Amino acid sequence: MSVASTPVPAAPAPRAKGVGTDERIGGVRLVVRLLQRPELGALLGAVAVYLLFASVDSTPGHKFSSIAGMQNWTDAASTYGIMAVAVAMLMIGGEFDLSAGVMTGTSGLLLGMLITRYGLNVWVGIVLVFIFAAAIGALNGFLVIRTKLPSFIITLATFFVLRGVNVGVTLLLTNTVRFDITDKVPGFSSAQAIFGSTFLSPYNFQTAVLWWIAITIVATWVLTRTTFGNWIYAVGGDSNAARNVGVPVARTKVILFMGTAMSAALVGIMVALRYKGIQSGQGVGQEFFYIIAAVVGGCLLTGGYGSAIGASIGALIIGFAQIGIIFANWDSNWYFTFLGVILFLAVGVNTLVRRRATSARR
Amino acid sequence: MIGGGAASNGDAAPLLEVRHVSKYFGNVIALRDISMEVRAGEVTCVLGDNGAGKSSLIKILSGVHPHDDGEFLVGGRSVRFSGPRDARAEGISVVFQDLATVPLMSIWRNFFLGSEPTRGLGPARRLNVKFAKNVMREEMHKMGIDVRDPDQPVGTLSGGERQAVAIARAVYFGAKVLILDEPTSALGVRQSGIVLKYVIQARERGLGVIFITHNPHHAYPVGDRFVILNRGRLMGSFAKSETTLAALTQMMAGGDELERLSKELEKMATEPELEQVARELAEEAGGKATSGDMER
Repeated sequence: MSVASTPVPAAPAPRAKGVGTDERIGGVRLVVRLLQRPELGALLGAVAVYLLFASVDSTPGHKFSSIAGMQNWTDAASTYGIMAVAVAMLMIGGEFDLSAGVMTGTSGLLLGMLITRYGLNVWVGIVLVFIFAAAIGALNGFLVIRTKLPSFIITLATFFVLRGVNVGVTLLLTNTVRFDITDKVPGFSSAQAIFGSTFLSPYNFQTAVLWWIAITIVATWVLTRTTFGNWIYAVGGDSNAARNVGVPVARTKVILFMGTAMSAALVGIMVALRYKGIQSGQGVGQEFFYIIAAVVGGCLLTGGYGSAIGASIGALIIGFAQIGIIFANWDSNWYFTFLGVILFLAVGVNTLVRRRATSARR
Repeated sequence: MIGGGAASNGDAAPLLEVRHVSKYFGNVIALRDISMEVRAGEVTCVLGDNGAGKSSLIKILSGVHPHDDGEFLVGGRSVRFSGPRDARAEGISVVFQDLATVPLMSIWRNFFLGSEPTRGLGPARRLNVKFAKNVMREEMHKMGIDVRDPDQPVGTLSGGERQAVAIARAVYFGAKVLILDEPTSALGVRQSGIVLKYVIQARERGLGVIFITHNPHHAYPVGDRFVILNRGRLMGSFAKSETTLAALTQMMAGGDELERLSKELEKMATEPELEQVARELAEEAGGKATSGDMER
């Protein structure tokens, strides 16, 4: 069929199914079912990466495997996770968003400008930022649908436009590359408590971790249990077929683009409130981490396959690597190489696992 | 009851009928003066070579294009569709060549794609998975397929089984007239046989089936009535009792053309295989004369 470079599914089964022939045994079926889950490879990978960094940990008292270490790697993984889930949903829907990273910076800067320059209530600012992000996402989606160009190109253009705007506007307004945010506006402390503070007092986990978990649960519900989730898989798997049976393909894709942009807004708001300021280069280059997390989590680059939990596990692996390399006292530049190797391995394992799972069915 | 294939059970209005329908695209005549009818419990085969106007006819019947001249009747009422939705509302359902299934999605998800059953309200509104799986299983069972695992991706099914999913889906969602667009063209011999079985099953369940194909060997065994198109014109319309496979083949390609082709091939033929092909063409071209059934 039209799944050219993807490993699943292979040629149609050569034989017709006879009624009531080989009834499969429960145990085998369970294994096959497990192997079919898109997130299985990622889960095994996460365990392996965790064990690796736990064993090379050179901090006194083995910090990596302690609760304090957990605070560190969940902190690193949480913002990647929030974005990876949204990006995974978009990828399942068959599209990319390269502007997702820089969108976090744009949103944070916009919030800073609204509350610092115009003295708006922080909550009003947050609502405006979400509306703005939804508009940018809708624009991305609309352009992709209208021009029929690959989303890769459209969002690359958005990426560069926003990147320039971020730095340019920040420089104009502040003469620096950082936008400081005042905490002397109404609503700041309540907003910060929700978007950029900590919980579990001695360890101080970031609230972003709770957001990450909540978003993963909601996304999983949407993908597996709702009509809209069904449509996401359909438009990514075969948009023509989806259109023929009455799925609103354009609307589904536009909503997904709005989803990634609004998730980016959430992350931008978190960064801005937590650090009371934001760099104009915030988020640039991060879009690749989101895609890596999604792919490591089992998403197919061609769309139609993947899971939110998988993407979250992918983000967790990135968190492990980022913190683990510091704790192991390695040069942090190896972080990128490590992620490259992980990506490579994940794609290989996913391909193998899925091929085995689909062929076991015949 | 199921008609014997004769045109004589006159009084009941056909499910679908076109009378002297034409379709023009600019100054190109896609269809001219086509008449045909489809009755419940019958398979009407539309035969024609590439470019004969088969797809224009499907597009008119399924509401994609309006007809320009003539009359289009559904259940005896004259209709004019403004889109595929209208046709679907009248129970006319097309199973396209590419089947409109998503290979990576499970059978039950594909079955209900675009018309998902839900339960619960507001944010708790969710897919009624159990219901969907049960209905899918039941409907596939009626087609003679025992689905053991509803979560199996459609892509792991054979071509014939995928066709069955598409047909079962159309039937479940209220199709009275089922238009099958070249359902066997991409399939091997065995899979084609399986699809023909489903065509007969749909007929037995009282549907009017329009079976579009360019292969008379597939059409003849299952068809009750045959409509032959050539270059946008109606070449003939027969009940099964009035024609033979050989005659159908001959008319479909245009007998004279086939004969000329066989002569040309004969001239060029240096290889024994080509000579064989030329002989077969000549045989088919003269089909009316030999008149015997050529079924292998």
